[in-house]
Amino acid sequence: MTTVISVSNLVKTFGPTRALDELDLSVRAGEVHGFLGPNGAGKSTTIRVLLGLLRADSGAATLLGGDPWRDAVALHRRLAYVPGEVNLWPNLSGGEVIDLLGTLRGGLDPSRRRKLLERFELDPTKKVRTYSKGNRQKVALVAAFSSDVELFLLDEPTSGLDPLMEAVFQECVREVKEAGRTVLLSSHILAEVEALCDRVSIIREGHNVESGTLAELRHLTRTTIAVETDRPLTGLAEMAGVHDLIVEGTRAKFDVDTSGLGRALEHLTPFGIRTLTSTPPTLEELFLRHYGDELVGEPAATPAGAR
Amino acid sequence: MSAFTGTLRLARLALRRDRVQLPLWLAGITLVLWANAASIPEFYRTGTELAAQASIEASNIVSLVFNGPALGATLGAVTLVESSFLLIVLVPLMTAMLVVRHTRQNEETGRAEMLGATVVGRHATLTAALLMAVATNVVLGLLLAATLIGADLPTSGALAAGASIAALGIAFAGIAAVTAQVSGSARGANGIATAVLAGAFVLRAIGDAIGHPAASGVEAVSGWPSWLSPLGWAHQVRPFDDNRWWVLLLPTALFLLLVGVAYVLTSHRDVGTGMLPVRPGPATAPRALLSPLGLAWRLQRGVLAGWAVGVGLMGVAMGVITDEADQILGASEQVEEVIAQIGGPGGLTDSFLAAMVRLFGIGIAGYAVQALLRARAEEASGHVEVVLAGSVSRSRWLLGHVTCAVLGTGALLLLAGLTTGLGYALVSGEGGRIGPIVGAALAQAPATLALAGFVVLAVVAVPRLASALAWAALAFCLVLGQIGELLDLPRAVMDLSPFTHAPAAPAEDVTAGPLVALGAVALALTAVSVALFRRRDLTAQ
Repeated sequence: MTTVISVSNLVKTFGPTRALDELDLSVRAGEVHGFLGPNGAGKSTTIRVLLGLLRADSGAATLLGGDPWRDAVALHRRLAYVPGEVNLWPNLSGGEVIDLLGTLRGGLDPSRRRKLLERFELDPTKKVRTYSKGNRQKVALVAAFSSDVELFLLDEPTSGLDPLMEAVFQECVREVKEAGRTVLLSSHILAEVEALCDRVSIIREGHNVESGTLAELRHLTRTTIAVETDRPLTGLAEMAGVHDLIVEGTRAKFDVDTSGLGRALEHLTPFGIRTLTSTPPTLEELFLRHYGDELVGEPAATPAGAR
Repeated sequence: MSAFTGTLRLARLALRRDRVQLPLWLAGITLVLWANAASIPEFYRTGTELAAQASIEASNIVSLVFNGPALGATLGAVTLVESSFLLIVLVPLMTAMLVVRHTRQNEETGRAEMLGATVVGRHATLTAALLMAVATNVVLGLLLAATLIGADLPTSGALAAGASIAALGIAFAGIAAVTAQVSGSARGANGIATAVLAGAFVLRAIGDAIGHPAASGVEAVSGWPSWLSPLGWAHQVRPFDDNRWWVLLLPTALFLLLVGVAYVLTSHRDVGTGMLPVRPGPATAPRALLSPLGLAWRLQRGVLAGWAVGVGLMGVAMGVITDEADQILGASEQVEEVIAQIGGPGGLTDSFLAAMVRLFGIGIAGYAVQALLRARAEEASGHVEVVLAGSVSRSRWLLGHVTCAVLGTGALLLLAGLTTGLGYALVSGEGGRIGPIVGAALAQAPATLALAGFVVLAVVAVPRLASALAWAALAFCLVLGQIGELLDLPRAVMDLSPFTHAPAAPAEDVTAGPLVALGAVALALTAVSVALFRRRDLTAQ
């Protein structure tokens, strides 16, 4: 499997701010790759570097086998970009902008354009001035998905879309994935990420903190256990991998690292388990743990804030 | 909570946003008056010389059209008349842009929506902008009056002069208050206000042209159209002459009336929309739009059309005046000398034409600045990002805007030459001059483009300061051209302006040397800019 985007040790500073701090990112051909991180983590900066709009201070970046800065013009024929903040010309109509963006990247498919306008319920005769944020995003999305390109760079493309349009967007992404295209999707909408992405990368303060499939990431977090036993519980507090323990006589509730789950259950069994519920980590918990300030000592999650 | 809640807070915010820009405007305008007040006593040393100058001002149609009516044979009157053109053009522009910046531009960017959601009354935004505008003009009026008093001119005249200009600015605050409601975009609101300014200028120019000299011979009485124009009112206060304070009631009344209209309009429209309907556009793009150059042309063509109308009208007017100039100016040796100083030696008509053509060269540089700053605006607003995310190189995008600006500049110069020549031919029946005039106008292009090259470099090298630097450079060249000789500035300073090196055709022969040098400067600056732009990050806001 070939790599479409390969970034290593990428550094980009704006004056005293270190927006990208030795960032690594790898996106394989044909996958939908979720790009996640709190606000200001450096997601848009990364995408702008990949587009050759910003020049990295150091580190290496390869895009579709080329140099994103030097080969920008040739590479951009093979990719489509949807910015998070869609700023378009207020006095042009939506249809004009779609044609313009499509042509600048090397042409678009008229029949696909027509179908997408229908699916996104977008009136192309309206001036951009009169569009809402969501409609401006639709303009950029229609222009992107009408193009026959290998790679889609989507920077929070659905933040202004309603749930119906969100569904249309997800269909579009699945279609391009089926056609063998690659998608880098920066998003805050976790349901969208869960539904679409094969792999995700989480970055914080310009540094990669986690990469992998969702299942792999889940594996790195904790399961919540609520248990009731015949005899009063003891000894749990001393066990490695057990956190946030609450014991009330024969009842207990605690979080346990996935790696410690087996041992914890072995410990519980001799007390005579009456009821036990186990809640796998939700995606939200997963992200909150990675976004939050306190990063508890996971093997892969070394303090990313350290400079 | 009233409709005005929050006004003072918003005014403070506006003041903070303008803390650099407004002092520069005020200082620049005051400096122009100061330079004239300082140099004119040197120029007209005796009463006879003053009287001669005033009698020219009273009868010469060029002076009447640009400087307004003559106000008498005193130092104060001559100083004010000679400064009048820049004052009555710059002050309304400054004020209108100020009001639009703090009203419509806030709406366009969505800032007004955020502020409107806080404890802010419906009329607070507009009122804050108007407070700022009125305060700015009062300060300006006082600065101008102080400058004149400082030059030992009569206090009453100085105060009347300051007040007449301040009242003019305040009237335009009212005009901009309405245009900001009518148009849905800041660009549109500024455009309509500028059109009103141009209309008001033409109205009073006609009024002063059809007026007549007073019995004294050193004053002029304006015709009735001047009384229909806010610019005319500023003249009709007649500082250093009659000091007619009551005339100030006219701009004040207009201001109050227009503010009332603006309040009514504000109450009847939604935030973010204008009064002019937004027409639907085509569902697909015409082929001509589908390239960086096509896009640049689409974005710039409106500005060019506006300039073309202005330049065309001005050209015809200049051509017509030239014939008159021949007859009127021929009478005075001194005027001949002045004209020759700007326009170079040669026949009076040619000297006059040369002076006009050079004025066009520098005036049209204003278009080049505006057109090239559009490239900066595209970058600042983030529009350029989606273009460069396409298969478009940095140089192709930048050169698209440069090409539009260069061709537009050439077209405007050609138009200026043609209309001036035609206007002259129409009145004098002499068609033979059209060719030389067009040639002379086109010979200004290298100088204009050299300045344009500087603007491109500013846009690329110091994007956030580009707008300020570009306009400052133009103002520098304009002021140097107007009063550099009077101030006896050192040659090295004069040489900084490309327009110093522009040929004084058709009075003098055009030599290739300076033109080639200026053209080379323009090319070199553009080439350096392209190279730099390929190296740097894009910078928003």
